[in-house]
Amino acid sequence: MSNTTKSPEEAFAEGMAGTVVPDVSSKQDKTRSLAQDALRDLIRRPMFIVSGILIVAILIIASFPTLFTSVDPLACDLKHSMEGPSGSAWFGYNFQGCDVYSQTIYGTRNSIIVGVLTTIFSLIIGGLVGVLGGFFGKWTDALLSFVTNVFFGLPLLLAAIVILNNFRDEKGMRNAGVMAVVLTLSVVGWMSMARVMRGAVMQVKQADYVAAARSLGASTSRMMFRHVLPNSITPLIVVATISLGAVIGAEATLSFLGIGIRPPAISWGVMISEAQGRISQGLHPLLFPSGMLTITVLAFIMLGDAVRDAFDPKLR
Amino acid sequence: MGRFVIRRILQMVPVFIGTTLIVYFLVTQMGGDPIQNLYGEKPVPDNIRATLTAQYHLDDPFFVRYWYYFSGLLQGDFGESIAQGRPIAELLVEAWPETLKVAGVAFVFELVIGVVAGVLAGMRRGSFIDNLVLVSTLTVIAIPIFVLGNVGQTFLGQEWGLFPVAGTDDGFISYLLPGMVLGSVSLAYIARLARASVAENLRADYIRTAKAKGLPKSRVIGIHVLRNSLIPVVTYLGADLGSLMGGAIVTEGIFNIPGVGFQLFSSLNVEDGPAVVGFVSLLVLVYLITALVVDMLYAVLDPRIRYE
Repeated sequence: MSNTTKSPEEAFAEGMAGTVVPDVSSKQDKTRSLAQDALRDLIRRPMFIVSGILIVAILIIASFPTLFTSVDPLACDLKHSMEGPSGSAWFGYNFQGCDVYSQTIYGTRNSIIVGVLTTIFSLIIGGLVGVLGGFFGKWTDALLSFVTNVFFGLPLLLAAIVILNNFRDEKGMRNAGVMAVVLTLSVVGWMSMARVMRGAVMQVKQADYVAAARSLGASTSRMMFRHVLPNSITPLIVVATISLGAVIGAEATLSFLGIGIRPPAISWGVMISEAQGRISQGLHPLLFPSGMLTITVLAFIMLGDAVRDAFDPKLR
Repeated sequence: MGRFVIRRILQMVPVFIGTTLIVYFLVTQMGGDPIQNLYGEKPVPDNIRATLTAQYHLDDPFFVRYWYYFSGLLQGDFGESIAQGRPIAELLVEAWPETLKVAGVAFVFELVIGVVAGVLAGMRRGSFIDNLVLVSTLTVIAIPIFVLGNVGQTFLGQEWGLFPVAGTDDGFISYLLPGMVLGSVSLAYIARLARASVAENLRADYIRTAKAKGLPKSRVIGIHVLRNSLIPVVTYLGADLGSLMGGAIVTEGIFNIPGVGFQLFSSLNVEDGPAVVGFVSLLVLVYLITALVVDMLYAVLDPRIRYE
């Protein structure tokens, strides 16, 4: 990166870094930290409430699909092929005669697992790279920034395709399991988190309380993990929430290209990919998984937006 | 300025080497057997296998192969496709114009509509048009691009006949729908960026000064607000151009356009390593150059930004 210009991520991180002031106030006086302020603010936002309810509902569906359907998603009967929605099958049947509603419910788990785990992994990789680079500066930063830039140069989708192309089953067909998809998307998706974290850490590092900790003789690791990290993590959390939605979409795209999760495993991407060739015969096998996918992505993006607004001091 | 550009170009070199090294490594790890793929189910004659293996350096150690590839690249030689037996440069020359046309349509589409929608929404925060822009952009962001492509193709193309369904036989019109699908997600991001930026800049001191001076509204908005609000948009557009080229892989597949993404994907399917590396290298190069151009555009948009 050049010294003269800031990437949008860094500018964004600088705007938000250090907004969570360490809570030094005792319980008696009524001063609240910005984090508490933001939380109070959040629970009053309709966008936060709506997206929160949606996400909780989706998580319940993902954890306990049997609560919502008793139909086996893989029990398909060709005589029902492409039948429209009805009382017995709310979302109708797909080309293979499988119950679309049941598949949509069971497909939730894989999509959510990929979204959540990928985000956690890239949060760890990106956060670590960003903290180390931002905190130590000098050659550590130069090296880590270089690595970040190299990975940034790889187009995400292409890199993911090239990596996942290596996962084959016994017959030599492309068949990446859920974990392969998670690891691949994490490896190619951590860079913007690293940049956000680096920008935030570089700013927080200069704060007075860090200097105070240093002069009190705090060790490097204590300064890094007790002082700098908690105060610079907010922008990272916000970016992570928003990117969670994007990851779920990316998983679907990979399945659509025939490279990510493959049947008989079910995910929304797999369902959409199977349905898309037969739109002219019936829209419902495409419509319902796409709808669920859209709602889920939307919920996470809205949550991220709401959290960002609540923590952004400029908007107060 | 000159020194800044030279320094940036020098910085690009190790990044380019690093990125191509990773791509090359991934592709050589792909496994599979590109020579067998040439023959389908039939056995490959031993002498042909030996010749092809020697010709494409398939048995050499990784770094030796990378060196052959990179030194060729420096001489403008992208290597030769195993599957098609043609120079990759030739394939690139055929595929690039197609991708550029789709990406160009996408770029103009997202820039014009995105900025207009964003500015209108940002100027009237909380109004009907603001909420309309917010909700519609959020929805577009949440819909995966392949759903958008398929639905657009089925309805706008097949059912209503507004656009050609697929292929490139109809000239410019055949690139319109793929371009709009490709640009739709970025359009949404641009509109939101422009909106936030305009809304923030409207409260700036220099806008109040400009209004107080009695400048006409068109000049205040057109020059003072817009120029200051475009910096985040330009940053995003720069990063986006690379992803438009790479992201075309889905759109080109759906609309059957023989561009870079299309070629890349079919090369992957037959384990044609050299072709994959060639296509990706060029994409990386495009990405690095746009990043440089964006950095230089900052100074044009905002004279306060200086390059030491």
